[in-house]
Amino acid sequence: GCFVFKPSTKKRRSSEKTAHDFRSRSDDSEDTELRFVTCQSLWNQIKSETEQIQEDLNKQLLDNLLSFLSRSHSEFQEKTTEWTCRMKFREIPTAALVLGVNVTDHDLTFRGLSDVLQDNITPYIALLEAKDCPGIKNLMQKLMGQLMNCDIDVDSLEDEDCVQVSQNRIRCSMSSLISWYESVTKKTDSETPSKKRNSFSRHWQFPPVVVIFKDMESFTTKVLQDFIVISSQHIHEIPLVLIFGIATSPMIIHRLLPHSVSSLLCIELFQSLSCKEHLSTIIDKLLLTSRFPFKLGEKVLQVLINIFLYHDFSVQNFIKGFQLCIVEHFYSQPLSVLCCQLVDVKKRVYSLSHDQCENIRRLPSFRRYVEKQESGKQIELLTNDSFLKEETEKLLEDLHVYHENYVSILRCLHVFTSSLPKYPLGKQVVELHCACLENRVWETEEYESSLQLARMLNKTDLVTMLQQCVEILMSSSGKEFDKTVEKLKEFLTQFQNLEEASQERDVSVSSQKELQKKTDLYHLQKTLLELKESRRSKKMTKFEMLRFEVVDYIDSLVRKYLVPADDRTLHEIVYFNAAAVLRGHLNAAPRTALHTALNNPHWYLKNQALKCDGGGISNKAPDICIVYKLHLECGRLINLVDWLEAFSTVVMAAEEPNADAASSDQVDDIIHARFIRAVSELELLGFIKPSKQKTDHVARLTWGGC
Amino acid sequence: MSGPEGTRSSRRSLQVKFVPDEDVLKHIADDAGTKVRKDKAQLSVSMKRFVKKLENISDNEVQEILEEKNYVAALGICAQDPVGNGANIGGGEVYSFQTPKRSSKMAELASELAQTPEQNVAPDHSKFSEKMAKTPQSSSNFMWVEIVWKCNLKKKEFVSTTPYRLRKRLAAPDPYLESESEYSASCSEEEDEEDQKEVITVLSSQKTPGKTKAASTPPPRNNLAKKIKEQRMGNLVEEYFEAHSSSKVLTSDRTLQKLRKRRLNQQTLHDLLKKAPLAYAAEIRDLNQQHESLFSKWMLQLHLGFNIVLYGLGSKRDLLEKFRTSLLQDSVHLVVNGYFPSITVRSILNSITEEVLDHIGTFRSPLDQLEFIIKRFKEDSSLELYVLIHNLDSQMLRGERSQQILAQLSSLPSIYLIASIDHINAPLMWDQAKLSLYNWLWYETTTFSPYVEETSYENSLLVQQSGSLALSSLMHVLHSLTLNARGIFRLLAQHQLEKKDNPSYPGLSFQDFYQQCREAFLVNSDLTLRAQLTEFRDHKLIRTKRGADGVEYLLIPVDDSTLTDFLEKEDEDV
Repeated sequence: GCFVFKPSTKKRRSSEKTAHDFRSRSDDSEDTELRFVTCQSLWNQIKSETEQIQEDLNKQLLDNLLSFLSRSHSEFQEKTTEWTCRMKFREIPTAALVLGVNVTDHDLTFRGLSDVLQDNITPYIALLEAKDCPGIKNLMQKLMGQLMNCDIDVDSLEDEDCVQVSQNRIRCSMSSLISWYESVTKKTDSETPSKKRNSFSRHWQFPPVVVIFKDMESFTTKVLQDFIVISSQHIHEIPLVLIFGIATSPMIIHRLLPHSVSSLLCIELFQSLSCKEHLSTIIDKLLLTSRFPFKLGEKVLQVLINIFLYHDFSVQNFIKGFQLCIVEHFYSQPLSVLCCQLVDVKKRVYSLSHDQCENIRRLPSFRRYVEKQESGKQIELLTNDSFLKEETEKLLEDLHVYHENYVSILRCLHVFTSSLPKYPLGKQVVELHCACLENRVWETEEYESSLQLARMLNKTDLVTMLQQCVEILMSSSGKEFDKTVEKLKEFLTQFQNLEEASQERDVSVSSQKELQKKTDLYHLQKTLLELKESRRSKKMTKFEMLRFEVVDYIDSLVRKYLVPADDRTLHEIVYFNAAAVLRGHLNAAPRTALHTALNNPHWYLKNQALKCDGGGISNKAPDICIVYKLHLECGRLINLVDWLEAFSTVVMAAEEPNADAASSDQVDDIIHARFIRAVSELELLGFIKPSKQKTDHVARLTWGGC
Repeated sequence: MSGPEGTRSSRRSLQVKFVPDEDVLKHIADDAGTKVRKDKAQLSVSMKRFVKKLENISDNEVQEILEEKNYVAALGICAQDPVGNGANIGGGEVYSFQTPKRSSKMAELASELAQTPEQNVAPDHSKFSEKMAKTPQSSSNFMWVEIVWKCNLKKKEFVSTTPYRLRKRLAAPDPYLESESEYSASCSEEEDEEDQKEVITVLSSQKTPGKTKAASTPPPRNNLAKKIKEQRMGNLVEEYFEAHSSSKVLTSDRTLQKLRKRRLNQQTLHDLLKKAPLAYAAEIRDLNQQHESLFSKWMLQLHLGFNIVLYGLGSKRDLLEKFRTSLLQDSVHLVVNGYFPSITVRSILNSITEEVLDHIGTFRSPLDQLEFIIKRFKEDSSLELYVLIHNLDSQMLRGERSQQILAQLSSLPSIYLIASIDHINAPLMWDQAKLSLYNWLWYETTTFSPYVEETSYENSLLVQQSGSLALSSLMHVLHSLTLNARGIFRLLAQHQLEKKDNPSYPGLSFQDFYQQCREAFLVNSDLTLRAQLTEFRDHKLIRTKRGADGVEYLLIPVDDSTLTDFLEKEDEDV
């Protein structure tokens, strides 16, 4: 008599799809179909993009690993004596792969790794995880299962007879592994004359057997040690290579393995890219580009980054959050149908229904826009749908142009701010992006101080920065930047011209050299004051003037192009801003919710009787709240009798004293029953547990918390 | 022009070295020079900033801490968004430390709460709000008083049984403060503890000046509060360990048995609860409707590869059940009642392999089974399975291995998992790896509906369950045994009952037991007794454990009252 029941009416609803759910919810059912399709295609695009990025970033690491693997057993191929003599030491070539603490991302890396290995080095790869290998026997079984399966994959059709013995019946031992290896390699050696050659040409005659330990830290030491010792005995018969996936630090190898074992390994260390760099690349490619129409609002981005920095360092989770944002946006915003590539915008705008036009008119940013227009246009906008559509299209194009310009200028500004001491606007472009999205960046104190600092930059820095800016602007797709580029180039030539002038000026400065003699404090102060006076009246040098001009010019660019998105009309269509929703779904606080429900039931149950302020709760609150509140008054142990009595006092007072004497006994029983229910609910929630320390007592599991 | 470069490098380096005057001169002059365009005020500001920068460089750590604070603040800000759920509470409130209170406090709070209706229904809201306005200011002062007072009492806190009625009122800044303090004053007369009175004087002397001060100068109050908070933290941490160091806890000795109240069994409990009307049914219905409007969204997100977990106070069983009946009718789905006491992962896996996949045959281990399932689902993309788990955090499923298996199951793209959790520490079950496998989306669904099904299986509060189940099963098993075996068990039971007043009774040692059994002509050899005991053990009638001296002790794991009942019944039978 088990609990599971399966009331399925076996008719599978196979074809009908997710789009249906998307539709069914939408009460306003505006273009849901199209929205869903847009959402999916956008997500798929982004997904493939992120995968591409991941691949590119891992390329270096994988290349290194590949060369290591091919090196490690090259001698085995030639069967030279050198190999055998080296193998007297019984050293297993081992790659220690330091991947960082973001465990959740490792899977992807390993998958990429095994794909690459499969293509280039060897078909014989086994991926082992600690949870599958509680003992050496399980490990061997798993290992052989994977190796022999992959054998099937490679020479799939013809020689199935060689592996048709199921892995259960093979005795899982090293010797059977070796005989398997011999048979496999011999077969490819002898009986694959022509046809098979090409498929195997990528691999050598004796491809190494690669065993990957995904999470080395979680393996039990004994299993690892045994495996290493056993396989080192056989290393001259089978070319084994180990790869350890390490989350913490390479030291762990020596902590897990005693010297006698670790000396059997010939370890080489590989370091993967740090997750922070990975993330910044992702953000760079996904957010700071005008390729994707969908954008994240400042708060949302902040939430995602905070989860990354304070919870998991996991890029995968970041992408997951991004996916959720996309889904939420397209699901909740009916106008998101316009959140598409610029080429489609026109068509979509003109096919908008009247309701959708009303939706546009309801957007706060659009209202602000309307208010700014003259009255005739206002009426047109609010009454004439086709006029509205034209206007909308124009505005959306504006928005697109704004994005293109925004990104380029943001990068330029970042060139400047990223080299200032103490990074007042953040080291990474993301931080700058957040600051710009949040409010007008030029009104912030940080911006002010970074401009001050920029005015103190030296010439060489300034020139290289300007050159970088020119490059960025040249490569940007924005069309307005021709003039800007010209202007910047002009600055550059002016700096060049300064070169000669400055040499002359140096002479004049040397007049101060007369002060070279030592003075006392008083005199110094005096001369300083004098000098200050003279300086103030003195004209600035040419360089300084130019520097001022450059900084002012950059400032003007910032003011023109880095307007926060909230100020743009129709930003609601492409920006997702519901940070609270996102946070609730990704980074929930279940215990806080419980706490609120128990302490302040009025939050959820909008009943006047429950309304209560301060720390107290009304005695009309649900039973569990009262019981909870009472139990907070107790120490580690709670006497059930006292508790019951207290509870019934409260409840009796809450109920109007209409109960006549006859039925009071029954009322008593009901209260008792309610008490029992409330207490067992508290137990289910984990606030108390039964205790044997004293009869009729329960123990509290939380401490304090009033 | 080497000026700017020089300043830059000197700003960065921190070593103390001799700088000739003219360098200093040049430095400052140059700085000033660049700012000529700016007016005076700005100049001074920038100078100040310059100085600040120097400081900053010297103490990077401070800066980092500040930055961190900003991040934390950012997190906090997000939490304060009007979410519509209860996420607007800081962690401090939920996880605060507080001194343990004596049990009589409970009675007192009860009477307090019992008194509240007059205040609650009181029509004059002006008075009410006035009180409200006062309390927040005074709270910090009260905290201060509380500390003074705690210091006085600290030594006695854990030995005396006197109810400290006052303290609660000090600690809780609630609107009923005024009326309550009167009440407590009258109460404290009963207890003629001098300390107590001292405190009251402290309280009265501090209360008024503190309040006015707080009202007039808010900033110092802020400071004070911070300081107090620090002190409080220190104190409370100490007190926590103090309270937990002694194993002795003082509570009243009253037991339910002395209460002239018949015990309720499951059935009567159920009946009684049916009679009691569900409070706030309308509001709860509203809540549920809100949640139900999310159903199609859940479906969408399930299909997009997320899994859904529900949390919040109240049984979520009905909600999930409604979800199931309204949306999952024509698809394959599996409902798991996690709260069922004998559920295991294996039974879940079995029902998938046997009923969903129609596979006949057994597996050597859950891992093999899991692998089989994964393979089947990967091969056949038309297979889809919805899994609903009520109480994913139940006793039986919360183990590491079970969660691992469930997580792996849920990570399959064609298995859609929707689960509910209730335990306050449930999220601790999952590490990052499992979380990423589960790929949760969290939904707060506070329903306030009673946990009827979930708690009906719990036999922990034996007080109420009266052990009728244990007794009947005991009888049942015993009846199928031989007469001798029953005699042996009886002997053990009697012995255990004789020793019931001894709390440290380890059980009957094997040798003694053998001796007694021989004397009663129940066994003839050591071996027969052992065989008999093995049988008992297999039926979970007895438990054996080895003492420190290596002697085997035998114990019946049933509480005394049940045992007495059992012996009585046995006597009737014989």
